[in-house]
Amino acid sequence: MSETTTAPSAGGATRGQQLSSLWQGYPLIRHLVTAAIGLAVVIVVLTAVDDFQATKLTEMAYIAIAAGGLTLLTGLNGQISLGHGALMAFGAYTTALLYDDREVGTPLVVVVLVSVLVTVLVGILIGIAAARLHGPYLAGATLTLAIAVPEIGKYFDQLGGDQGLRLFVPEIPQWATDIAYYLTGSDPSRSKYVAFLAWVTLIVVFILLANLASSRIGRRWAAVRDDEVAAELAGIDLTRARVSAFVVSAAAAGAAGAMFALAQRTVGPLGFSLNLSLTLLAIVVLGGLGSLTGAILLSGVLVFLPQIVMDLGSGADLDATRASQMATLTFGLVMVLVILLAPRGLMGGVRALGLRLRSARAGRRTPPASGGSSSSGAAPSPTTDPASPSSTAETAEPDDGSTPITTKKGTS
Amino acid sequence: MKRHIWGSTAPVAGILAATLVLAGCGSGGRDDGDGGGDGSGDGEVAGDTTGVTDDSITIGGHYPLTGVAAPGYSEIPVGAQAYYDFVNDAGGVNGRTIDFIVKDDGYDPSKTTAVTDDLVLRDEIFAMVGGLGTPTHRTVVDDLNAEGVPDLFVSSGSLQWGDDVENRPTTFGWQPDYEIEGKIIGQYIADEMPDAKVGLFLQDDDFGEDGEKGVRQFLDKQIVSVQKYTSGNTEIGPQIAALQADGADLVIGFNTPAYTALTQLNGLGLGYTPQWFYSNVGSDPSLVGGLLANFSEGSVDGAGALDGVLTTEYIPTNAETDSEWTQLWNEVWKANGGDGPLTNFHIYGMSQAYTFVQALVAAGEDLTREGIIAALEEQGGDFAGPNLAPYRYSADSHLGVSGMRIAEIKGVASTPLTPVLVTDIGDAEITEDTSDQADDGPAEGGIPQ
Amino acid sequence: MLQFTNTALAGLVLGMIFAAFALALVLIWRSTRILNFAQAPMAVLTTYIALVMIEDGRPYWLAFVVALLAGLVLGAVLERVVIRPVEGKPDINAVILTLGLFIVFKSGAEVIFGTKLRTYPPTFGIRGIEIGDTTIGITTSDFFTIGAVIATLVLLVALFRFTDLGLKMRAAANNQEVAGLLGVKVGAMLTLGWALAAVVGSLSGLLIAAGGLVQPSYMDSIVVFGFIAAVIGGLESPAGAVVGGLLLGFSLSFVSGYLSAQLVALVALGILMTVLTLRPGGLFTATQGRRV
Repeated sequence: MSETTTAPSAGGATRGQQLSSLWQGYPLIRHLVTAAIGLAVVIVVLTAVDDFQATKLTEMAYIAIAAGGLTLLTGLNGQISLGHGALMAFGAYTTALLYDDREVGTPLVVVVLVSVLVTVLVGILIGIAAARLHGPYLAGATLTLAIAVPEIGKYFDQLGGDQGLRLFVPEIPQWATDIAYYLTGSDPSRSKYVAFLAWVTLIVVFILLANLASSRIGRRWAAVRDDEVAAELAGIDLTRARVSAFVVSAAAAGAAGAMFALAQRTVGPLGFSLNLSLTLLAIVVLGGLGSLTGAILLSGVLVFLPQIVMDLGSGADLDATRASQMATLTFGLVMVLVILLAPRGLMGGVRALGLRLRSARAGRRTPPASGGSSSSGAAPSPTTDPASPSSTAETAEPDDGSTPITTKKGTS
Repeated sequence: MKRHIWGSTAPVAGILAATLVLAGCGSGGRDDGDGGGDGSGDGEVAGDTTGVTDDSITIGGHYPLTGVAAPGYSEIPVGAQAYYDFVNDAGGVNGRTIDFIVKDDGYDPSKTTAVTDDLVLRDEIFAMVGGLGTPTHRTVVDDLNAEGVPDLFVSSGSLQWGDDVENRPTTFGWQPDYEIEGKIIGQYIADEMPDAKVGLFLQDDDFGEDGEKGVRQFLDKQIVSVQKYTSGNTEIGPQIAALQADGADLVIGFNTPAYTALTQLNGLGLGYTPQWFYSNVGSDPSLVGGLLANFSEGSVDGAGALDGVLTTEYIPTNAETDSEWTQLWNEVWKANGGDGPLTNFHIYGMSQAYTFVQALVAAGEDLTREGIIAALEEQGGDFAGPNLAPYRYSADSHLGVSGMRIAEIKGVASTPLTPVLVTDIGDAEITEDTSDQADDGPAEGGIPQ
Repeated sequence: MLQFTNTALAGLVLGMIFAAFALALVLIWRSTRILNFAQAPMAVLTTYIALVMIEDGRPYWLAFVVALLAGLVLGAVLERVVIRPVEGKPDINAVILTLGLFIVFKSGAEVIFGTKLRTYPPTFGIRGIEIGDTTIGITTSDFFTIGAVIATLVLLVALFRFTDLGLKMRAAANNQEVAGLLGVKVGAMLTLGWALAAVVGSLSGLLIAAGGLVQPSYMDSIVVFGFIAAVIGGLESPAGAVVGGLLLGFSLSFVSGYLSAQLVALVALGILMTVLTLRPGGLFTATQGRRV
């Protein structure tokens, strides 16, 4: 909607255009409004779905929270991590250790914050080590992290060893029951309660992430990603920028881990397989590297797709083994096809389509001379702008691990 | 203009809404039949009848059908399905056919939670039957109990499926637990080979741990070396070299069949030839022997690669062609099985399925969740099944088969070395089984009545 | 002493296997700046091709060669059809692409060949050689493995150092535009790089399989350790891959034999982080001037 107002200075600004420049100009307001709408939608949807879909939505939420943090790290700061699932483990184990008994009365908020804090501390350590590494070396280090961290949980009996830790989700507080009853006329089930917690956490985390990304800190991260030397000349401390990005993404992973723990109610080493880490990265890239919206959407696709394929498989009279194999195969094929057909991921594809439609519209409405502004019309989404001219960034550093999608400099 | 990571934000809420609504959509049409569920018991029959109709019973199980644990284990549900088909072809139980839904969890506990939610909430199963694996099943066992879903015959020898009836009233174990297996092995060695220097080769999870606990009750002083392996890591040469260096002349393996083959191969490579003693899970002479046969260069023709190896048994195997049970399984497999020969994994699944059908029969015509649990507690100890020793099912214990016998492998078959020995966890004494359970044959027509 | 020797020998053979896998990764990295995570399931596919031939009664070494050739074709086709579109795109796209291919090939192998455990006959003997009365934990098959990996290393070094073709491949990898201007067929060189890498990858698959058990996941643990070996070595250097493989092989073997197999992953992490802390570009990378 807002894309047509590329330049507020354009003559004859209508009231709608003024509104939308207000919308564009104050990210915090924009994000809070989005959050409020999101919260309303969550409540409505959770009321409507059954318990099974609620558990699926919980899974989608904690995956998306972790993917959101990784979006900042990989999309905005250009650091690859093949080990983000391992960071989730720290948050999940912390939550499990704090809720090891039915009688524990620690408030949920405190437990989640402590889980985040623990993961942040780990993130600082790893971030410092990672800040010196590039490309495949960072990939190698984080990949090893992904397989080594579960072994820690396995090795120490205090962490439940191979079996993992059992945790007790606190009772649904009375006020929550009351509100839920008021809204829906029935008591909330535990699955829905946890789903609600997970989605509220998601909204909070994403608001924070989105604000960070559009802040000065976010711009520094992007500057480091785009051109280290230029960033350094501009007075940015590369190490600090890298470590801070890692820490922020670790915090999100910690929150995701806490939600994982509440949802699974058992936290063990096998839950944080390499698979989880790789899935998170796939979500970030396939969603459209750098797009938080894409991260949420793709998390949904990844949670619901296997089930759909399985259902199709059983519909087609495949036995369970074949259907499962087909579900995995389809998942892999989708990854390959998206990268080949929509290299900028889901949101990149959506934007490219929108851009085309818009330039067609703009072409009709404005004289050809100003048609050039239609390409800068994508400025609100510079992180995945497919038409960006600064594609030189891609070839500038061939041996940097994750030369990111282009950024438009100087548009802010 | 500020740049921001959301892109144009307004659509976000819309998309969010769309996703959530889409996600919710599937739920509408699937719930045919609102009755039963929730454990509220709103039907005429007192008790929970979720998953039961007049002509069908829906049950489910989670198994690794793909991934690293799939070899072997993925055959278990195939065997169970073949037996259920066999029963359904004969009209089912009390006029109800058994609908067995198998879900793949790839041996990944977080997926186990997901597929179990799927089974319980969407498919509305009557009971979980034969869910496989300790780390996997552990993540769902408490939820199944909280929901009142019967959680029968877990495919794992962990103690926790049966030793805590108070907290897990709906869960039942099936196979002998690893601890009593360890005890029986331990006592046999202490009695027959008191001078043996014992080495342990253990999978580094509860399987190895429980087994070691049982063995140590009798062999604590004889154990000279304990080596562990991590499932998936096939490089075990260093561990075998360590067993050799520690002077172990008898090695007890609590490991899976693949690692039985690997220990044998590594033993060949190192010229290390102790007496091997594999727990039941790892022995499967037809599988491992078949694998090793390909490597048996220069060994005597006709001799199996595992000849002389000791193991334990608690159900008849595919090599015991004289057993009425094996004959029944072959008949079932011929009628309803898939491709390939009948394996011991198939038999494991069939034997479990047989026990479930026995439980259904015992629960009677008015089938409820509460009813089948009560029936198992009251009558389960007397079930005449393929198990060589009786189940321990009672109001105090939900542990499975109470014992096994020691046997020596010869070819793909084995020769019993002891009668069936029964015991229980803890310091319960080991005694000969007096129930004649091992002599039972299958019911008329192969279906319990 | 015997345990020490045997553990060391186990480490040597394991290290050589890691090295073979790492060599394949290095080859692809050198030629296209891509980390090929799909290397392992590609090798699984080609190994199964050989296994099916052997089970059908074809000669052992014919199957061996066919598997290597299958790798050659698979690598070339893959580069042309799937990899070419992402070359020059952000590196992370290639990472996700090869991860996707990993899943496709692995589940493909499950669909085509089933998940049953199978055995792959050994190249040569599987009994340890005897010196006097004692059996030493190394077999004639192991000697073949070691020889094959060393031969591969020598051939690769010779290719890149002494042949015109190797020079062109390096040129194409280092600077496509300049190489193109100098008349190097860049596209063909990249394809060749992938094809050769897939041959080496297939070789590693065969070496691991021979005398052991095969199922579609049998190379899963090699994926991570082979990758770590390549990174330790520096990703640029074939010799580095072998050194990295051996370092890792010996360490893991001694950890398994003398400490606990449960510590293997943690020790691997420790080694990798130590190496990367001292040399962020791996052991064998020449001073890495960051190109800007």
